[in-house]
Amino acid sequence: MRSRLNSLIDALMPVLATLAALAVGAVMLLVLEVNPIQAYAALWDGAFGSSNAMAETLVKATPLLLVALGICIAFRGDVTNIGGEGQMIIGALLATWVGLTFTSLPGWVVVSLALLAGFLGGAVWGGIPGFLKAYFNVNEILSTVMMNAIAVQLMNFLLRGPMIDPAQAQLASKIPQTARLLEIFRLPRVGTTRLHLGALLAVGLAILVYILLWRTTLGYRIRAVGQNPHAARYAGINVKRYMVLALLLSGAFAGLAGAVQVFGVNYRMITDGSASGFTGSAGFNGIVAALFGQLHPLWSIPASILFGALLVGANKMQRVVQVPSALVIALNGLVVVFVVSSEIWRRRRQKRRLADEPASKPGPDASAPAKVTP
Amino acid sequence: MTESRILPSGQTRIDSLEMRGITKRFPGVLANSKVDFDVKAGEVHALLGENGAGKSTLMKILYGLYHPDEGEVLIDGKPVSIDSPNDSIKLGIGMIHQHFMLVQTLTVAENVALGLPSSRGPLTDLDRVSKRILELADIYGLKIDPSAYIWQLSVGQQQRVEIIKALYRGAALLILDEPTAVLTPQEVKEFFIIMNQMVRDGHAIIFISHKLHEVVEISHRVSVLRDGHLMGTRPTSEITKQDLANWMVGREVGFAPDRGVVERGEVRLELENVTCGTDRGTPGLRGVSLEIAGGEILGVAGVSGNGQRELAETITGLRKVTGGKVLLEGQDVTNLPPAELTERNLSYIPEERMKDGMIKDFSVAENMVLREHQKTPYSRYGFLDLGAIARHSDALIAKFHVKTPSRETHAKNLSGGNIQKIVIARELFRNPRVLIAAQPTRGLDIGATEYVRQQIIEQRKAGVAVMLISEDLDEILALSDRIAVLYEGRVMDIVPRDQATPEKLGLLMAGVAQDLSCEPAK
Repeated sequence: MRSRLNSLIDALMPVLATLAALAVGAVMLLVLEVNPIQAYAALWDGAFGSSNAMAETLVKATPLLLVALGICIAFRGDVTNIGGEGQMIIGALLATWVGLTFTSLPGWVVVSLALLAGFLGGAVWGGIPGFLKAYFNVNEILSTVMMNAIAVQLMNFLLRGPMIDPAQAQLASKIPQTARLLEIFRLPRVGTTRLHLGALLAVGLAILVYILLWRTTLGYRIRAVGQNPHAARYAGINVKRYMVLALLLSGAFAGLAGAVQVFGVNYRMITDGSASGFTGSAGFNGIVAALFGQLHPLWSIPASILFGALLVGANKMQRVVQVPSALVIALNGLVVVFVVSSEIWRRRRQKRRLADEPASKPGPDASAPAKVTP
Repeated sequence: MTESRILPSGQTRIDSLEMRGITKRFPGVLANSKVDFDVKAGEVHALLGENGAGKSTLMKILYGLYHPDEGEVLIDGKPVSIDSPNDSIKLGIGMIHQHFMLVQTLTVAENVALGLPSSRGPLTDLDRVSKRILELADIYGLKIDPSAYIWQLSVGQQQRVEIIKALYRGAALLILDEPTAVLTPQEVKEFFIIMNQMVRDGHAIIFISHKLHEVVEISHRVSVLRDGHLMGTRPTSEITKQDLANWMVGREVGFAPDRGVVERGEVRLELENVTCGTDRGTPGLRGVSLEIAGGEILGVAGVSGNGQRELAETITGLRKVTGGKVLLEGQDVTNLPPAELTERNLSYIPEERMKDGMIKDFSVAENMVLREHQKTPYSRYGFLDLGAIARHSDALIAKFHVKTPSRETHAKNLSGGNIQKIVIARELFRNPRVLIAAQPTRGLDIGATEYVRQQIIEQRKAGVAVMLISEDLDEILALSDRIAVLYEGRVMDIVPRDQATPEKLGLLMAGVAQDLSCEPAK
């Protein structure tokens, strides 16, 4: 009975954390002399109020989900990937290059090749920190963040020089962007909305990642290494290799997210000099979505939709109640902080419960007093 | 009299400390049963016992980490209540743990001051702390630089910091938990000089160890605990190493399973002058040579930390061999990866089953195929065959009597005995050629222990070459055909079963190589 209640609380924890974040946001809205109910109504309306709004929410959710899938793999393998931003950029650059280069091939071939290129680009960008961690003991949190910086500058360089739109190269203004993709290379959309095939692809991949983690030898090994590297080694698993693989696969999904952004939404790459200018911070928010989904690929689907909704709805809220855009960013940040904190809290609760369990088994008396003490 | 009760450190000494009728129960275990123990100012009282005999529990009660179920503690004849380490520190009791409680990146003075209020309120008073450290160091002959960082110090020096830390906090009585386990012989000598000095000055010292020669050398009295019971307390001058070894292992081999008659087969495992390092980078094995034949159990005895772990790990491919050769059925398998050795039918029951043998958040079924998850029928074309895994684990659960709610239960929810049964099922079902069993019954209850020993006997009957590494001498004596004794990474001797006595093994374990008759009388 107690364990059932506990698991229910665990499952609802991210939702409670989101509500708590919105409550704090409400205080901030009150300080700005805005009616929070009106504001949140606008937020809801913006995210789910019309078919177009819902489509936008899904469009925003797609890269979040793809990144989150990679995060599920990495975190299950006990490696941390903070490099989603850089991996998205590299994936997008490679995919764009494919799309702009092989213009004479059939559309579906180029799209497939481009998405594959994005996948591989991200894999390389995630694999490098994985390799450095496994064989040179370089902290992967640091190296993935550093790889983000490298990717941004590489993007800025390429989009200003070698990959710049030939039309822009003629102009004095020289907007740093690539040429547009041919129309036949664009991912199909639903009706007049911007919802594209990439969303369906992401959901399909979520199922595949679930199968990968729990139904394949590879997934078994990644999880074994993540849970207990000592036992994994004893089981004959090459721990270092699977550490690299976990980060590599994680990067690959982020790279694919970047490719899908280009082929499904933007149709070209353009830079304002920052990473988030291209990614919309999906490389970071995807981590939150994955944690929100308890690092489970299927639970990451609703989690990504929720964050997509927050992003889209916040825009509407900003327009309707006239709050500064900084508040919208703060609100997002609040949700992230609350969810991540709740995750840490959840783990601690779990640990405490584990610590209680062996003691509570032999004697019926042991568990009760142990739990009552505050 | 009042004048002499002040220690050189300025602290009032503890003339006597007495623990009376201490009983402590843990679920399923009686850790201490009506134990009486006392220590007086100016003496070293050694507390001796095997792992799990209840030494640590008794001392943790004294230090306020555990609360006894029965019994009382008296200081200078007055009952005291010790509910936390803070209480015991206030009473003048200091404990030096086997694993040092020092922050590596802080200086000596910072470590000593850690957790204490500063005499300058919110500002640090490290200069005053340093001055006091130098005073104490001077009084007790503990050379130490207060501004040195811990990571710059040798293990012996770090131990001095721990002692100073205890003295700084006003310790009149020191509990030393296996203080020599981590020291080199030279460091031990220096350490004993310091201990003698402190005792002369009127400190009381409780010395926990299982190295017999050290106990004989340094202590005034010795008490032996076995299975939570106090076997007795005697002046050290009236007792010999043989007596102590007797006392510690003592009782007749209680459980001697029927070993049956097995013909010794061909040699299956051979070690030739194998050397390797420890995790700390010190020498682990210093040239070990031995061989085990099919149908034979070679017992490996020794005090913990003398190379047992390293021995098991070099054979099973988990630790790099730095010299010498390991031969499996005549073939050189030195430094082959664990998967390769599994392939050659080497099975391993690891010492720390929760760390090395089990993934606690994996299900029973997933753990059952840990060593063979990549092979058909459990994996096909890279996909796990969950049906085959389920059938396999159900069969093993039944065959090895694993008590689990289901095969989907996470391993962490099972008892130690059942977890060990999973490990044994996984290692034994594929009919190994060689079995390395490291501390296979440690921490198990009597029923599970009996079961595990029976399984090992069965392997011998099946012609397997078995290496049984154990700190339990009874177990070694009951099961082994021959017994190798490890001491400081070397094989002291290999004794045939019929010539092995606890006394002889006890001496070998303590590093005494000579015959009993040649041992100089103490």
